[in-house]
Amino acid sequence: MGTDDCSGRSHDSRRLWPKQPTKEKRPMAPIPSERDLRLDLFRGLALWLIFLDHIPSNAVSWVTIRNYGFSDATEIFVFISGYTVAFVYGRAMQASGFIVAGARVIKRAWQIYVAHIFLFAIYLAEISWIAQSFENPLFTEEMGVLNFLKNPDVTIIQALLLKFKPVNMDVLPLYIVLLVGFPPFLWLLMRSANLALLASGAIYAVAYVLNWNLPAWPQGEWVFNPFAWQFLFIFGAWCALGGAARLSRTIGSPITLALAIAYLVFAFAIAMTWYFPALGVYVPRIISDNIYPIDKTDMDVLRVLHFLALAVVTVRLVPRDWPALKSPFFRPAILCGQHSLGIFCLGVFLSFAGHFVFTEVSNRIPVQFLVSLVGIAIMAGAAWLISWYKKIERQGPRPPVAKPGFAGGE
Amino acid sequence: MLKWLIGLCLAVMALGASAPAFAGHPADCRVDGVSSDIAFPLEHVKQAIANKNLSILVIGTGSSQLGGSAQNAYPARLQAALNRMLPGVAVTVASDVAQRRTADTMVKAFPPALAAAKPNLVLWQTATVDAIQAVDPEQFSQALDKGVRLARAAGADVIFINPQYSPRTEYVIALGTYVENMRWVAVQQEVPVFDRFNLMKAWYERGTFDLYSTTKKLDMAGLVHDCLGRLLADLIVEAAKPDPAAIEKSK
Repeated sequence: MGTDDCSGRSHDSRRLWPKQPTKEKRPMAPIPSERDLRLDLFRGLALWLIFLDHIPSNAVSWVTIRNYGFSDATEIFVFISGYTVAFVYGRAMQASGFIVAGARVIKRAWQIYVAHIFLFAIYLAEISWIAQSFENPLFTEEMGVLNFLKNPDVTIIQALLLKFKPVNMDVLPLYIVLLVGFPPFLWLLMRSANLALLASGAIYAVAYVLNWNLPAWPQGEWVFNPFAWQFLFIFGAWCALGGAARLSRTIGSPITLALAIAYLVFAFAIAMTWYFPALGVYVPRIISDNIYPIDKTDMDVLRVLHFLALAVVTVRLVPRDWPALKSPFFRPAILCGQHSLGIFCLGVFLSFAGHFVFTEVSNRIPVQFLVSLVGIAIMAGAAWLISWYKKIERQGPRPPVAKPGFAGGE
Repeated sequence: MLKWLIGLCLAVMALGASAPAFAGHPADCRVDGVSSDIAFPLEHVKQAIANKNLSILVIGTGSSQLGGSAQNAYPARLQAALNRMLPGVAVTVASDVAQRRTADTMVKAFPPALAAAKPNLVLWQTATVDAIQAVDPEQFSQALDKGVRLARAAGADVIFINPQYSPRTEYVIALGTYVENMRWVAVQQEVPVFDRFNLMKAWYERGTFDLYSTTKKLDMAGLVHDCLGRLLADLIVEAAKPDPAAIEKSK
């Protein structure tokens, strides 16, 4: 979601970028000239999966990848966000220098913060509604979750400090922290990409050993530990700044592919034992003793490997110039991926609404399918609307050259 | 497990055919295969049933009690059901129940509670408060581990009871991680889980109980707890596999 506005320019990137009024500086690192539509496609799909996973008890969420292995849509999302952020702000840094690029990264973080607080307001409205309308002696315990409404003074301040994060609202705060910490990495990435990746890996390792995490309220720590998740984000950025090209030989090797497939099969087999515990007896003790817990908070190594294996297979199956990427069939997902911040927020809101429909109207399986499909259709429609807006704004009274400064980073 | 499932189905059909024993109740609140995935053996319970003296301790939080009417809450209903199923066995069900306790807080109360009740079986209902307070999942799992070890050291088997399904607060309480961690600990420690969450969800989806309704009255809550008590009794008897002579077949 780092780069909504890239969106608008996915097709005309070659036309727009050279028109940028700022003077070109000596390139510090090679940056691919054209946007990779696969990134938009898979980020869009990840947004859909996150939406489906966030509706509780949604039968359709069985299609999502988290049920078939260790990693889930969050990994895809964070990696691609790192990739696109480096793509956009790397170019900005080449064109306008580190200070301007860094300032734009921070501005982007601020926008996401505002979006997060907006979602929190919607969440408060939903919770207050439940608190007003619900009474049942069966659920006295569950109603304890509403106690925070009794002291909004503390709650709201903790939410503003990103310490209080209601259910399913952990991704944006993670993203904010990743962006705020990104400028120094950007600087280093543009000078020595490998050193930056090494530093990121070192933080991941040290955080794991020393149990670093940010504090949450009323207790505990962040659900997505930024010290751990930054690694995937920076790895994405590293790939964008030439790493992917350097890795292409490794990725293309049949040995890598075989290893990746073998690992995916292994993860699939383990995942099946979660849903059919009777299968658990076939898992050798030495494996089950060593792999658990597969921790999402600290981004367990098994999850990272699973994501990498998925990525290796995906890159093989879907080449960069795959003609279908331009087909109308994938257009909705690509559009969603291009406007990821807006669509992510909409997805969170729609999952509230979907749950509301399940409980208030009906939760029969056909309704669950309908709600899921309508939700995705609304997300795609909104993405189309956003790009239409961007287009008419670019064609508006002001000449397009006035825009890139704004559009570039957002 | 398949055998067990078939057995359960047959038992359900037999029950349905022989006697509608609980007039006024939903025809049947059993859900095939849901109450527990795996019935690990309960050796202490089996021994206790053979000795004609079964002592059960329920350690739980708010959802193990029902306002002021303890006789309608599932621990009492469980005792009644076991008395019917195990004639000649003296069954006692004691409760150590208090609101707002996390698994970790409860474990601290285990030693005195175990010493007082000397149970053969601990029914441990937990996880809801941990989810509400967003306790570190790892700490939650460690507490479960420790509790199982304490109970076993005191000569008791353990059954976990996972959280209730509550459609109104489903969005607000992230039970998922805690339910999963509980299942992992259960598989590793060979503890049966009474899957209250999926059971109640199935009831809600089938229309057995309208868990969404707003009411101050206890009638539906009482029926829910009665079902929970009866199904727990089934699970215990099923998992303990007592000497067939000890079970009254006709029930």
